[in-house]
Amino acid sequence: MSQNLRLLWLQSGGCGGCTQSLLCHERPLFAELAGAGIDFLWHPGLSPASGPEALQILEDAASGAAPFDILCIEGAMLRGPAGSGRFHLLGGSGKPMTDWVARLAARARWVLAVGSCTAYGGLSAATPGNPLEACGLQYEGNGKGGLLGREFRSGAGLPVINIAGCPTHPGWIVDTLETLAQGGLVEDELDELGRPRLYADQLVHHGCSRNEFYEFKASAEKPSDLGCLMENLGCKGTQAHADCNTRPWNGAGSCLKGGYPCIACTEPEFENPGHPFLETPKVAGIPIGLPTDMPKAWFVALAALSKSATPHRVKENALADHPRVLPVQKKTGLK
Amino acid sequence: MSRRILGPFNRVEGDLEVILDLDAGQQVAAARVNSPLFRGFEQLLLGRAPLDALAIVPRICGICSVSQSVAAASALAGAMDIRPTANGARATNLILAAENLADHLSHFYLFFMPDFAHPAYAGRPWYEATASRFAALRGSAAGQALPARAGLLKLMGFLAGKWPHSLGLQPGGTTRALGASEKIRVLAQLRECRAFLETTLLGDRLEALAGLDSPAALAAWAAGRPGDFPAFLALAADLGLERTGRAYDRFLSHGAYPEDGAPLFPAGFWQPDQGLTPLAPEQISEDSRHAWLVDEEGPLHPRNGLTRVEAEKEGAYSWCKAPRYAGQPLEVGALARQLVAGQPLLQELVRRQGASILARVTARMLELARVLPAMEGWARALEPGQAYCAPGTLPNEGQGAGLVEAARGSLGHWLEFRRGRISRYQVIAPTTWNFSPRDSRDQPGPLEKALEGLPAGPEAPPLVQHVVRSFDPCMACTVH
Repeated sequence: MSQNLRLLWLQSGGCGGCTQSLLCHERPLFAELAGAGIDFLWHPGLSPASGPEALQILEDAASGAAPFDILCIEGAMLRGPAGSGRFHLLGGSGKPMTDWVARLAARARWVLAVGSCTAYGGLSAATPGNPLEACGLQYEGNGKGGLLGREFRSGAGLPVINIAGCPTHPGWIVDTLETLAQGGLVEDELDELGRPRLYADQLVHHGCSRNEFYEFKASAEKPSDLGCLMENLGCKGTQAHADCNTRPWNGAGSCLKGGYPCIACTEPEFENPGHPFLETPKVAGIPIGLPTDMPKAWFVALAALSKSATPHRVKENALADHPRVLPVQKKTGLK
Repeated sequence: MSRRILGPFNRVEGDLEVILDLDAGQQVAAARVNSPLFRGFEQLLLGRAPLDALAIVPRICGICSVSQSVAAASALAGAMDIRPTANGARATNLILAAENLADHLSHFYLFFMPDFAHPAYAGRPWYEATASRFAALRGSAAGQALPARAGLLKLMGFLAGKWPHSLGLQPGGTTRALGASEKIRVLAQLRECRAFLETTLLGDRLEALAGLDSPAALAAWAAGRPGDFPAFLALAADLGLERTGRAYDRFLSHGAYPEDGAPLFPAGFWQPDQGLTPLAPEQISEDSRHAWLVDEEGPLHPRNGLTRVEAEKEGAYSWCKAPRYAGQPLEVGALARQLVAGQPLLQELVRRQGASILARVTARMLELARVLPAMEGWARALEPGQAYCAPGTLPNEGQGAGLVEAARGSLGHWLEFRRGRISRYQVIAPTTWNFSPRDSRDQPGPLEKALEGLPAGPEAPPLVQHVVRSFDPCMACTVH
């Protein structure tokens, strides 16, 4: 067992939803991680040790007396009020969680920010004026910095690994952890926002089940409509990085399949989009947030063309919650 | 007098600190419960578009996410003066029930039962089997319970897009209309869940447990029966868990799972000696005397509630406000819900010995047995081709209240908006009730009361752990 990686997990300024999501993993989670060579040193929701016994585990890890490998932090770093860290003193310790995280990060071979609040600040940093003084581990919104600072490197020489998402998909966590157990992870495997490319190289748009509606710009107008959610209902799936529509959520789902827009929860500052989440901001009737990699003039021209060519079926179904017009049956055999 | 500080109090959702003053006999003379994390969602929501609440409030909590959504959607529906469609109401019930039942499974298998694998119990006749089955991270039970829980939450993949943090719950219903084939998949998933509950957890048909009408019938039912819950009942009898963990014996439920107007579990306020009285939401107030929050206006109804930080405050020891009903503390949760709903076994248990560790755990099991068949009914009643979401228009000004039941008990949202922006948003979560600090009259919160008198010296058995976890606290929700 001694060669197994030891994983220490702490929670702070967040909702705990990334752990809850992790527990939705398709396969028996504890057995899979153990089989991959990963042992929990301590997790606040799962481990037997409580109170003084748990504090001793953390103190030994922070002092270096008990080496460990992976530090997973779930939740934003709350530095307030007035830099005191008192918005979260770790229970029983009387010390700010920010102090614990800084000490532990200095000892870890890898540091993982689990969830967008841990990576970039997320919803915890969304209150006007940020009175919580919330930040991510190595980012403050879009900018580098955060609790650990832009120059931080963990023992293995990497910046913080940002498993962004609100919440994270269980597969993003498990696959990243098992990549570490397979011999590590090189910096090229992270994108420019520190996210593992194993899920962040894709766009949410890829594999979207509303693709035909997108192609013809046949747009939904109200919740539960089948049409594309980009033009009116605030969907950012063509810009947001994640594989949500090719890696199913809870066996069969995704936000888009669920009938509501992608709010780009894997991106820094998604929490303050500057417009209502369920509305698309437009200038002169054209959405401001155009698909990644698409020149605006082309998008406008193609949108106009495809709107004029929208089949009746697609146009009708876009505004219904189940297909009202069905694809025609070809009677001559498909060629 | 000596003091023990227990924290981080783990295997609860979120961070918790319990401060115990012990008398000369090492028993708890006074307990103080500190919810040590503040995030300020009630301030975060100010100035937002009202419908933004649907994206923001689920993120109050990763384990009660849907219940937060349902409360917000219900408050907004009131302000918009619309009602969910029939399909939307059934789908909402299914989504909320899936979360609530999944939480009951998480509580039993991950949070609560591992304490009986504690070495303090070595030598009890049940210890070896219990430790091998329920030890945290190592026991054999988690390998079955986690896939069963994930299977139940697969309902979310069909009905709500994902869990946690779905935007599919709207004032007019839900955003995902199921096709005929998906309805079949949902029913198949529910059958799989029923099989786990009946084979592994209960060792009998759901209906058999749901039909038990007295503690004596429960004891007779459990004797020699295989299954994880009967195993708990055996060790609970050995440890006397029916006598431990009493708080105030005052119970509230907002009512759960509306079906054509009447809820599956009705709303009300129940006490053992006085029985049931109607829920009076006007009697709810929040008292911030011992929270690190400004309280100069005294206790306030949440419709007028305030959340303003005062980090340096004399006498404060938690970020949690103290909700009170007619000025008094009370308990919420599955036990309260079932007592208000008239469940005879639990009513007799509480009339005889008060609320206890045994009563709270048994209430969750009875709820699993009662709610899953209701879910099967809601799923069968889904009508493909009929609307899931009623359209509505948001006025520029408005207010509303959303009172729902989360797994852990009564959850309320009070919302007000002016000129198209949220001007007030107040939340009282179940654990805000149960783990509240003292109030202006120095009345302890329910957990603080329940811990009084327990042995809690360094050598004591983990009774304090059992009592705390018997409430299934969710600290993320508590302060929000």
